[in-house]
Amino acid sequence: MEENCLLELRGIDKMFPGVMALNNVDFTLRKGEIHALMGENGAGKSTLIKILTGVYSMDAGTILVEGKNVHIGSPQDAQNNGISTVYQETTLCPNLTVAENMFIGREKSLLVKQKAYEKRAEEILESLQIPARARQQLGNCSLAVQQMVAIARAVDMQCKVLILDEPTSSLDDKEVNMLFKLMRDLKSRGVGIIFVTHFLEQVYEVSDRITVLRNGELVGEFLTEELPQVQLVAKMIGKELDELNNLSDTEERSAASGEVFYQAEGLSSSETLPFDFSIRKGEVNGFTGLLGSGRSESVRAIFGADKVGGGTVKIKGKNVKITKPVDAMKHGIGYLAEDRKRDGIIADLSVRENIIIAMQVMNGFFKPISRSESEAFADEYIKALNIKTASRETPVGALSGGNQQKVILARWLLTHPDYLILDEPTRGIDVGTKLEIQKLVLKLAEEDVSVTFISSEIEEMLRTCSRLIVMRDRHIVGELKGSDLNQAQVMKTIAGGES
Amino acid sequence: MKERIKKVFKSSLGQLAIPLIAIALLIIFNLIRDPGFFVIGLTQNNDGNLVLQGNLISIINGASELAVLAMGMTLVTAACGGQDISVGAAAAIAGSVLVKVLKSGSGITGGRVLAAFLMACLVAMIFGSFNGTLVAIFKIQPMIATLILYTCGRSIAYWINGGATPTVSSPVITAIGSFIPGIPVPTPVLIVIAMTILFKLLFRFTSLELFTQSVGINGSAARLNGINTTFIKLLSFIILGVCVAVAGSIGVSRLGLINHETLLLDIEMDAILAVAIGGNSLGGGRFKLSGSIIGAYVIQMLTITLYAMKVSSTDVKAYKAIVIVILVVIGSPVFKEKFGKTVNRIRNNRNGLMEKGAEKA
Repeated sequence: MEENCLLELRGIDKMFPGVMALNNVDFTLRKGEIHALMGENGAGKSTLIKILTGVYSMDAGTILVEGKNVHIGSPQDAQNNGISTVYQETTLCPNLTVAENMFIGREKSLLVKQKAYEKRAEEILESLQIPARARQQLGNCSLAVQQMVAIARAVDMQCKVLILDEPTSSLDDKEVNMLFKLMRDLKSRGVGIIFVTHFLEQVYEVSDRITVLRNGELVGEFLTEELPQVQLVAKMIGKELDELNNLSDTEERSAASGEVFYQAEGLSSSETLPFDFSIRKGEVNGFTGLLGSGRSESVRAIFGADKVGGGTVKIKGKNVKITKPVDAMKHGIGYLAEDRKRDGIIADLSVRENIIIAMQVMNGFFKPISRSESEAFADEYIKALNIKTASRETPVGALSGGNQQKVILARWLLTHPDYLILDEPTRGIDVGTKLEIQKLVLKLAEEDVSVTFISSEIEEMLRTCSRLIVMRDRHIVGELKGSDLNQAQVMKTIAGGES
Repeated sequence: MKERIKKVFKSSLGQLAIPLIAIALLIIFNLIRDPGFFVIGLTQNNDGNLVLQGNLISIINGASELAVLAMGMTLVTAACGGQDISVGAAAAIAGSVLVKVLKSGSGITGGRVLAAFLMACLVAMIFGSFNGTLVAIFKIQPMIATLILYTCGRSIAYWINGGATPTVSSPVITAIGSFIPGIPVPTPVLIVIAMTILFKLLFRFTSLELFTQSVGINGSAARLNGINTTFIKLLSFIILGVCVAVAGSIGVSRLGLINHETLLLDIEMDAILAVAIGGNSLGGGRFKLSGSIIGAYVIQMLTITLYAMKVSSTDVKAYKAIVIVILVVIGSPVFKEKFGKTVNRIRNNRNGLMEKGAEKA
């Protein structure tokens, strides 16, 4: 046993009905260490974290905090043992001030000592160099700052173990760096940090050790510097990544030369400035830019998801009016939304119902798809996209993120769209599924379907798109194709150099 | 085979377990209390028809208005995540319109009854779309939106017949309110069956069920999949309007008069309760129509049982409340989870013991 062990998990088992979610998993966290917990969706990361935080109870195993055997039966227990968690979506109250958020729920008495709290909050914010004021309303801070306030709250509660579950998934590069600075600072104070993320580069930038899980089992614990990135991916998905390499070799995709399918001039919505855009049959293009640059808003305007402002739209050369989603759908456009939980899945409905819903809308209110027909459709796509679900009647909310995304893809594929808009289809899902989705995009393009693909990971877009539209501050600032399609050039254009 | 039965039970009967168990317990309780409680007899009524009579018949018959309203309420609840508290007042309006048209000429013929009913439907649908517009377009919370009609509905009903409570006597109205000559089953019961079939047909031949659930579960996603969420919400209120007209017409026919002050008074709360007892989330989303219908019968059976036990009508409400508290607590997700865990533990213990026994052997 090592001297500076902060947290040890030994032989953790967790059964869910029909699934062994965790099977004899060990995990060790040392003082002053940033430890990345890696694995595909369904590997058991979330389950492990939920056991640590008292959300789930384990079926077997022991948890030691600083060498002492502890029982964690509730989130309160976890907190008493110095284990704090900051989740993917911050769970603070945007309408309260920063100080109130840091102290909410911790008052021992009913009297709120506002002044004292504000003073204390100000001290903490300063010592952690978080760019926020105590009396500022939290909702007015950027997402990154909100996340940092959540961390500050945890730190002030004397936490020894800090769990960060996908903290960077909605931050831009600058904000990520701010967060990393804070993490390193905490590390130097002896806090042990468990870092869960899907971004491989970030793991290498900030972590000291990596523990990999696969299918509920421990693959191993590694020193970050001794584990090359390719091998990490191989360990996560359990196979070598030849396929990924093959994909990136096909970089010289010629720009599609088919007829123009969709063309917009001066299109605008309540969320965008007027812009021009067009896509050819069988073309894959993409919008890129930092978060908030207007890339999602632009595709939403194309689909009629927001209130349309003005502009002319032509589909196959004919003038059309698209003012609401159903108009776009009738013209053969499908749209996979950026926020899967809010705009994508209908959680309580079954996988089957989620798959057929767009097609049902196209068929019309008075022509319901029969039960047997819908079952056949669902089975077809569960098989074709390799959706992992207990049955087609399972509520889609019970599936892992990657499989939920596949269900939504199936929903749109079933409508046989001519033009498919995919906004962040690979966000928060595992490497294997990401690859499947990228392949699917290329296959669709071969079948003459036009695809607009948006991803925060530029490599992913370079691998799939033949044309990139670069946005900054709600303006289109460049269009890259051919030999310009490389990471350096994209970065330069986004950042605002010569393009 | 066993697995399959389990599956069916879990998927469709799971939600209905509570109301079904409640009915079963009420039946058992009544049988112990009075073995003759559920005796059904065939007797001759005043009009000389052979008709079914007995407590069970009066329970099923008496719940008719409630069952019809509960169906519409289920749809509104599912789509809008809120309830319509104006159904009682709206039924008084519909009933007043019905009587007004019935009295507008001499002699009440079948044709006039039909016209009166259609008129009542139309008016109820208009008031329904008023509520629906407030909810779907102006995004006002359903209870607040329908509070308006709840407050003023009975005044509007009062105006329609100039403040009078006119009576209507006609064999056709009597037939609707009690029995059709030659048929021993009370007509309101037949109307409930017809309405149930109508709803089932609606679900079978339109996408109403799927779309309503989608809108209720995740309105944003539903909209991005091309569903007109405003229309679906509005439609649910209009359909509830039809239910209101039917319930109001049954109520008027039973008494042969319209009393705008008392017709279906306080029924909105029972209708909401029926939806809840049926295992439907009052927050909207997934729903089961049959649950709400059974819920309506649970409430009625409870009321009649209490009356049969000579509980005074003022006390009935308090006793009813006790039983309902128990029902909704048992139906709550928190209780279900705790209960499920306990059952699992007992089962595991038993299995463990059996294994030990096997080892010994």
